[in-house]
Amino acid sequence: MAHSIRRDSPELPDFSLLKRLARDQLIYLLEQLPGKKDLFIEADLMSPLDRIANVSTLKQHEVDKLYKVEYKPIISTADQLCFLIRPRIKTVKWICDVANADKAAGKLRRYKIIFTPQKFYACEAVLEEQGIIGDVTTDEWSFYLLPLDDDIISLELPEFFRDNFLAGDQRWVRTAGSALHLLHSLYGPFSKIYGIGRCSKMAYESWREQVEEGEQRARQAEIGKVFLIDRDVDFVTPLCSQVVYEGLVDDIFRIKCGCVEFGPDVTSSDKSIKVMLNSQDRVFNEIRNEHFSNVFGFLSQKARNLQTAYDKRRGMDIKQMKTFVSEELKGLKQEHRLLSLHIGASESIMKKKTKQDFQELLKTEHSLLEGFEIRECISFIEEHINRQVSMIESLRLLCLLSITENGLLPKDYRSFKAQYLQSYGVDHLLTFANLRQLGLLVEQQPGETLTVMESKVGKLVNDKTAGKLTDAFSSLAKKSNFRALSRRLNLVPKSDEEYDLRVPRDMAYIFSGAYVPLSCKLIEQVLERDGWTGLEEVTRLLNGHEFAVTGSNGVDLRGKGDAQRIILVMFLGGCTFSEISALRFLGREKGYKFIVVTTAITSSSRLIEALLDNQV
Amino acid sequence: MAFITANWNPLGEAFYRKTELYEMCWNLRDGLRDSLVATAPYGGPIALLREPHRRSPSSRPQLEIYFSSGVSVASFPWKSGPVVHLGWTVSDELLCIQEDGSVLIYDLFGSFKRHFNMGLEVVQSQVLEAKVFHSPYGTGIAIVTGSSRFTLATNIEDLKLRRLPEVPGLQGKPSSWLVLSQDRQTKVLLSVGPDLFILDNTACTAVVPPGLSPQAGNIIQMSVSFSYKYLALFTDTGHLWTGSSNLQDKLSEVETKKSTPPRQMVWCRRPKSQQPSVVLMWDKLLMVAGVCQDTIQFPIEDPCVLVGELDGVRIISSSSQELLQEVPLVCQDIFKIASMAPGALLLEAHREYEKSSQKADEYLREIKEQSMLGEAVRQCVEAAGHEYDSNTQKSLLRAASFGKCFLTDFNPDVFVATCRELRVLNAVRESAVGLPLTFTQFKQMTLQVLIDRLVYRQFYPLAIEICRYLKIPDYQGVSRVLKHWASCKVQQKDLTDEAIAKAVCMKVGDSPGVSYSHIAAKAYECGRTELAIKLLDFEARSGEQVPLLLKMKRSQLALSKAVESGDTDLVYTVVTYLKNEMNRGDFFMTLRNQPVALSLYRKFCKLQEQDTLKDLYNQDDDHQELANFYVTASYREKRLESRLSLLQSAVDEYNKAKNEFSVKATEDEIRLLRFQRRLDDEKGAGLLGLSLQGTMEALLALGLNKQAEQLYRDFRVPDKRYWWLKLRSLAEKEEWEELEKFSKSKKSPIGYLAFVEVCVKSNNKYEAKKYVSKVTPEQKVKAHLAISDLEGAADAAIERKNESEIGVVLSRCSTNDRLLMDKLNRARNSIAKK
Repeated sequence: MAHSIRRDSPELPDFSLLKRLARDQLIYLLEQLPGKKDLFIEADLMSPLDRIANVSTLKQHEVDKLYKVEYKPIISTADQLCFLIRPRIKTVKWICDVANADKAAGKLRRYKIIFTPQKFYACEAVLEEQGIIGDVTTDEWSFYLLPLDDDIISLELPEFFRDNFLAGDQRWVRTAGSALHLLHSLYGPFSKIYGIGRCSKMAYESWREQVEEGEQRARQAEIGKVFLIDRDVDFVTPLCSQVVYEGLVDDIFRIKCGCVEFGPDVTSSDKSIKVMLNSQDRVFNEIRNEHFSNVFGFLSQKARNLQTAYDKRRGMDIKQMKTFVSEELKGLKQEHRLLSLHIGASESIMKKKTKQDFQELLKTEHSLLEGFEIRECISFIEEHINRQVSMIESLRLLCLLSITENGLLPKDYRSFKAQYLQSYGVDHLLTFANLRQLGLLVEQQPGETLTVMESKVGKLVNDKTAGKLTDAFSSLAKKSNFRALSRRLNLVPKSDEEYDLRVPRDMAYIFSGAYVPLSCKLIEQVLERDGWTGLEEVTRLLNGHEFAVTGSNGVDLRGKGDAQRIILVMFLGGCTFSEISALRFLGREKGYKFIVVTTAITSSSRLIEALLDNQV
Repeated sequence: MAFITANWNPLGEAFYRKTELYEMCWNLRDGLRDSLVATAPYGGPIALLREPHRRSPSSRPQLEIYFSSGVSVASFPWKSGPVVHLGWTVSDELLCIQEDGSVLIYDLFGSFKRHFNMGLEVVQSQVLEAKVFHSPYGTGIAIVTGSSRFTLATNIEDLKLRRLPEVPGLQGKPSSWLVLSQDRQTKVLLSVGPDLFILDNTACTAVVPPGLSPQAGNIIQMSVSFSYKYLALFTDTGHLWTGSSNLQDKLSEVETKKSTPPRQMVWCRRPKSQQPSVVLMWDKLLMVAGVCQDTIQFPIEDPCVLVGELDGVRIISSSSQELLQEVPLVCQDIFKIASMAPGALLLEAHREYEKSSQKADEYLREIKEQSMLGEAVRQCVEAAGHEYDSNTQKSLLRAASFGKCFLTDFNPDVFVATCRELRVLNAVRESAVGLPLTFTQFKQMTLQVLIDRLVYRQFYPLAIEICRYLKIPDYQGVSRVLKHWASCKVQQKDLTDEAIAKAVCMKVGDSPGVSYSHIAAKAYECGRTELAIKLLDFEARSGEQVPLLLKMKRSQLALSKAVESGDTDLVYTVVTYLKNEMNRGDFFMTLRNQPVALSLYRKFCKLQEQDTLKDLYNQDDDHQELANFYVTASYREKRLESRLSLLQSAVDEYNKAKNEFSVKATEDEIRLLRFQRRLDDEKGAGLLGLSLQGTMEALLALGLNKQAEQLYRDFRVPDKRYWWLKLRSLAEKEEWEELEKFSKSKKSPIGYLAFVEVCVKSNNKYEAKKYVSKVTPEQKVKAHLAISDLEGAADAAIERKNESEIGVVLSRCSTNDRLLMDKLNRARNSIAKK
């Protein structure tokens, strides 16, 4: 295996530059509206903004009061209002209401809307329709990329997934292209770009276009290769329960913008504590990629080490004690604090997850992935609904069942749907329609054998006009073919061998050795083969849209080896922490360093929630 | 070579030389007599209007335009009113200022561009005199009218007329006047008799030039230098005063002993000039008057025109054109007779070297001893730039190149650049091109502008050659030229659309930076829509094509191009445009062919225009989506009646869509809603909006078991789920007797382990125990474990002889259960043996 030739992983580029750029531009924009002003911030921009510029920075630039956009009439006495928002029609409409209310009350104010990362024509159209386009000035804050950690960069656009894959609205594609362009101009030139998926291809083209429009500077590349992947290439992975520490924490406590709030049950006090989870946290950094079963061992070892370090105090003379207190103690205390937090979190996770139910849930997932004992799985899911365990979880299991089995039998589909609707309300009819459209939860078409379907799909994909598939056809084209893919790429390791989770063999460890994530496997294969050759059958099963392009200025790139081992993976539609862990593992194995760029961090529940349609 | 100094004339410290630029190609019958002539600096074009004052309407004066070398560009009869003044703008456009104050603008090729007016009152009072001037703001015009008022326009591209204040005591036109551009202000300087006035926006101020004696007489001629720095005044006593134009310092005073006013008076100097001088021209005499009281006099035969340049004066006569300039210092150093300057020695050394004479070495040594070789090379290179004759240029450059060989660390950039640029200059000086630029002018003008001028003169091949030769990046060079060429090409009326499109495509290919949409827009402007569409096809970036296509009303095509571009904003722009342009039906039909646009529009409608969305689905007969739309709408509706009616519409649509399942589900919902309302009314149960499950749960919690039962039957709730529900509900309410009764009502469809677990969850192990015995054998172990009955679990496991179950029980044992563990281990071993 690769162990023998494992090379040291190269250094990662410094992404704090992205933050500085964003901050400087924001300050510039704020100064465009001189004088005191109140700032209204879209709720989901609060946390990202906090990572870029804190309140005192904003205050320095004459922001008087800060408000969250709440879609209610405002209470503000300021003469100038500044709105920092995503380009969403709903928010723009609310601003129009605010402005019109002021007009009606005879109040004169200046309004400025800062759209981030860009403005859309539709938003301006709304301003025009509501007759206030003349009263507001608009600007763009091109804040595309938020570095969440040394190797994770997020666009913080959770709506990307629904807009692009469900609504077929491609407006974010250009955003993705611009983000890539920004990375390219700061850390490029890229020597090779691979990708799969329709959205990836469009993002790539949008980026190329921007490169051609702008001027090109020759510079030392810091990122060598790029891999673009659509979320809909692999739905299986994000639908599985996460069992790696970071993923588990996300599933249970929900990490928001790299930050998690641990409740009283974790902190063992009556307060909640907000903790930043990144590589700065030394304890977390060691356990984030570990399978949960190892985490306790690690933590207790750590605790023992800490104790030994503390114990050094005994038998010290005054002088030694002094240096100990001034140099080590602070670090130890910090570590102590973090350690107790993570132990608290682990206990809380244990309480929830080691129960019988969770083990059975995992067993069911694994059976689904392997394709064994499907009937048992079906009755498990049925019981899951009957017992009203969780609205989201049930749906997740149904989706997993449908994808791995290429659709449900009509009888099962109907009974599940009826049960679900009775349990959670008829409005979920629309949710089911959404899931169907995405190909996540479908009924096997009676009368059509799989091969007929596949040939149909194949034809559609080969056709140049594949881009113009109507909705009906695209759901047809979205057949998952998971079983065939799993066989081809050997995604499910043979279950008869013992899998030692302490010493992971392959990326399957992130799912207790039961499944190698398809997305990461594709990345591994393509990097190994330097392209898609030999994977023709796989891409056919994935509905194509794959590409591999050598960078335009391919001059003397071979020499600078280090950058060529830094690989940027861009997930369009979100990626999970488990996938990131898997890529980190792959990087360690093959001497790569992966940088994950994602439209947002996702998880099974976020994915399903994005597709719910019961709250309009 | 010896003759180089032959045409040098000393004037004080400096020398002046007159070099012939061209023998004029034109053939003027009457010379320059009786004509209005306009010349432009930087070797610009010449315009001539013959006999402008002949007023008889039958004969029309001829307006002629020439390149600097006399090559004719255009000629046409003047059909408008009497012209007072002609002038060129900085962008080589001809301004014709008429007596009535209207200004007509023509391009270099004599085609009319536009016109504007210098003010309404001028029509009455008439323009007496006009001047065209250049400043950092562009080209301006100043006029003086019959009512002795001045009007200024500083920039004709951004026309703002300024009427200057009245000049006290002025009748008719002033004896002389000019426009000054100083300190970011434009002013008029004028003389009335011996008095001098400055006229600015607000006031008319009398000024006195320092050192001009009051006896000097009336000021009848004035001239300001190219850079507006120096001023010259000529009085009727033949007295010439020169000084700074801010009237702070005097340079000199010269007695010309001429009492007639000169026909023209122009400053002749160069940047870093040793001494500025003024060139005065009378009918038969040209005089250069310097600071040093000295003058040079040249006789002239023909009437001439003087053109003030940055670094000299061009003298245009009917037969030739000459450049009069101060000899640059570096040329003086090299060519002055018996000069010992390093450059001169180097030139000499090279000359000897070519003759294979050892003297070359001597000269070289001499330079080297003074360590002046670098300086010598630099001098030769610089001097070459200033020479007009290509042979002189060559010999200087060869000498420089020769000297360069003996230097180790000489930076060759300047040498190379000069060679290249001289080659370009020589090319544009060619008579056919007629741009007699000096090196200094070229540097001031910049290469970009030179290329622009060539393009404007339609010397496309030359411009491209120059771009390639000087290795200008395509984006600023070749592509820009091609863009202009193509824009010009599409205007050629004698060619067919196909021919033009083909020619453009062949030449332009995919040069970077040339936008086909730009060319197409030009074609469209000229009314050639078909050609524009053909050209747009070559545009690679579909986004670029859209705006023009919309303008040309090819909206369908625009939409598909917008979709291709992948830029949703663009798609949206087109969609909005179409929405306003077309009737609804057509609009929807168009969208239907473009799924991307359609989904985009749908999304917009979902947020903005619900009703349009409905229409959209209706048009498409998309019953499924229409039904979904009604369902969505029903949840937004607060009133139950309207909610029900919306759901009913959904049922109808689902029916049409043949979606039986959804029909049933929606009908159920309607039934449920009605049921909920009834109960809410009767019992105030607060059920409305809950799911079926939620309703049953609430009913059970309220103790309305009968109604719950009814729902269970009516809606065919699966037994299993109902049992789970009831089980949990009873346990929650701790109605253990009720629970026991329920468990015995019939055989549990969910087994009895569930009972055990639910009881345990409610912390009632006692009740849980009741159900352990009922649990199926497979689940016995689990059930015992659930109530923490290890022994029971152990017995059950041993009885079932199930190894893994024994293992599970073992794992739950603690150290206190020694006996039990032994028992289990024994059992396991015995099973294993079998």
